[in-house]
Amino acid sequence: MSDSVDPMNTPEPIEPLPKPVTSIPSLGKVEAPRSAPKSTVLQKIRQSHPSSSRIPDEIFRWIILLSAVSVFAIVVLVVWKLVDKSRLSLHQFGIHFFYGHDWDPVNDSYGAMPFIYGTLVSSFLALLLAVPLSVGVAVYITEMCPQGLRAIISFLVELLAAIPSVIYGLWGIFVLAPLLRDYVQPFLAKTLGWTGFFSGPMYGLGMLAAGIILAIMIVPVIASITREVMSAVPQNQREAVLALGATRWEMIRMGVLRNARIGIVGGVILGLGRALGETMAVTMVIGNRPEVAKSLFAPGYTMASVIANEFSEATGDMYLSALVEIGLALFIVTLIVNALARLLVWSITGGTARPSV
Amino acid sequence: MSNSVPPSTSQQVSLWRRLTDWGATGFAILAAILVLVPLLAIFIYLVIKGIGSINWAFLTQTPKPPGEVGGGMANGIVGTGLILCVASVIGVPLGIGSGIYLAEYGRNRFGDVIRFTADVLNGVPSIVIGITVYSLIVVRQKHFSAFSGGVALGIMMIPTVARATEEMLLMVPNMIREAAYGLGIPRWRTTLSITLRTASAGVITGCMLAFARVAGETAPLLFTAFGNQFWNLKLNQPTAALSLQVFTYAISPYDDWHKQAWAGALILILLIVGAVAAVRIVTARGRLKGA
Repeated sequence: MSDSVDPMNTPEPIEPLPKPVTSIPSLGKVEAPRSAPKSTVLQKIRQSHPSSSRIPDEIFRWIILLSAVSVFAIVVLVVWKLVDKSRLSLHQFGIHFFYGHDWDPVNDSYGAMPFIYGTLVSSFLALLLAVPLSVGVAVYITEMCPQGLRAIISFLVELLAAIPSVIYGLWGIFVLAPLLRDYVQPFLAKTLGWTGFFSGPMYGLGMLAAGIILAIMIVPVIASITREVMSAVPQNQREAVLALGATRWEMIRMGVLRNARIGIVGGVILGLGRALGETMAVTMVIGNRPEVAKSLFAPGYTMASVIANEFSEATGDMYLSALVEIGLALFIVTLIVNALARLLVWSITGGTARPSV
Repeated sequence: MSNSVPPSTSQQVSLWRRLTDWGATGFAILAAILVLVPLLAIFIYLVIKGIGSINWAFLTQTPKPPGEVGGGMANGIVGTGLILCVASVIGVPLGIGSGIYLAEYGRNRFGDVIRFTADVLNGVPSIVIGITVYSLIVVRQKHFSAFSGGVALGIMMIPTVARATEEMLLMVPNMIREAAYGLGIPRWRTTLSITLRTASAGVITGCMLAFARVAGETAPLLFTAFGNQFWNLKLNQPTAALSLQVFTYAISPYDDWHKQAWAGALILILLIVGAVAAVRIVTARGRLKGA
């Protein structure tokens, strides 16, 4: 069988159950308990089965293997289709595509700069708002919350992740944008207008609205991972710091956050990945104008929104190809960001989830 | 910082330390409130603005032409159901299959590759999945279809289901497998009827979470299912979906459509919250069973 272990010199005792991992609705699982169910007894029993009963076993193994390979095949298909469909634009524009400013379907001239700018600015704005909030919520839930409230609050934060992005968008258009236009933006313009980030006409819809909506959407992602890595910090670490006379905040800062910081950074990057790829809510509130403006009040456009808005109307191969190339760029960026995040989170929780191995 | 301060000034430092402690506590509570306010605001607005437009016509009629008052989203509700059926038929078996592979056979390099790929797939922006399915199926069929929408959502379900299944199977103690083998039950039968069955509560939870996650997805449907103003029950025709209709209505200039968008969103969220609540109930029962 595939998971061969030396049956002679590893008389393993029955392993303790891996620690249950709390789930995050929209994210799948943060990490799997990586302790394999190895058993020498299993190995021996399997060998003692008559060979006639192995044929159905082999068939089953192949079916299961096939479904696992399908996951791999899908990712390969995604990459292949993206590269294949964007070939035209890749050849035509080369690297210029990524810093060109004009997006002109009539003359078949495409540059993705305004979209890249919009995606980056809205995502970083979202991180700026979401990171302190998520870490605050996670600290509150794990360290300060009364026992009875803990489950309720973490359930509510998880619920935030279950709301579809189109509903965030709807709420953003009809509730958040008027609120921003009538109250928040005049206030920001008056107090911080001199920085240049908060000036110009106030529509409500625009970069600021997109950043705020994205922030609300990624809080549950960052918060649940932060919670996860914070609860991976051993309890006696907390007790030790408290025993030295630290206040609760000092205990959290020195005993918990300092140990969990790599995992928290991982969670933040995972949130970034989510924000970069988010489509509907942003499309609905960002204003959809391909321009690079310093002011956060100005409308913008993101990579995902331009695909959402123009893909089904794109006439002409070059137009379509340029849109797919944006998709390819988005895919590569989120791939890198997610891989980095997983590595960081695993380095924390993966280490503590199997202390006995 | 404060821990290296000589004892003579400890009175003042203690005040500073107490202040930071209070400040941090205050900030954490504030953060919790600030995070929960949008959640409450969204639900309150959904109910207030949505409930008024939900009536019998909304649930049974197709949309009226723009500008005319009335009509409903019945075709969208049915369309969402249709697409989600296709998605579940694709996503659940493939997800559970991959999960079984990862847990029971995948303790090796190849398993790690699959595990990583599943994570990659989980992180792929939904709009990119839409592009892929468009160029794989829609281009070949030459028209938009409910089937292609279902495939797109099904693909998005696979990683969630797979990871949930893997984790739950790994929690099943080896003794149970050994007992089954000891009775002479073949491995495939053990995996399906004993291991998977023991872990079923968790696996169902994973499936429901994946379902809830894709139920409200809009981006991949934009150029696969595409939307439809009329009834459609055929898999190879463009289909309306609740989320698509909410999107189209929300960005339209008609006041009546805005009201209907809220109503559609309320129905959508009820569907999803229903699924998440069902998950809670199932998990609670699963814990009892496991204990």
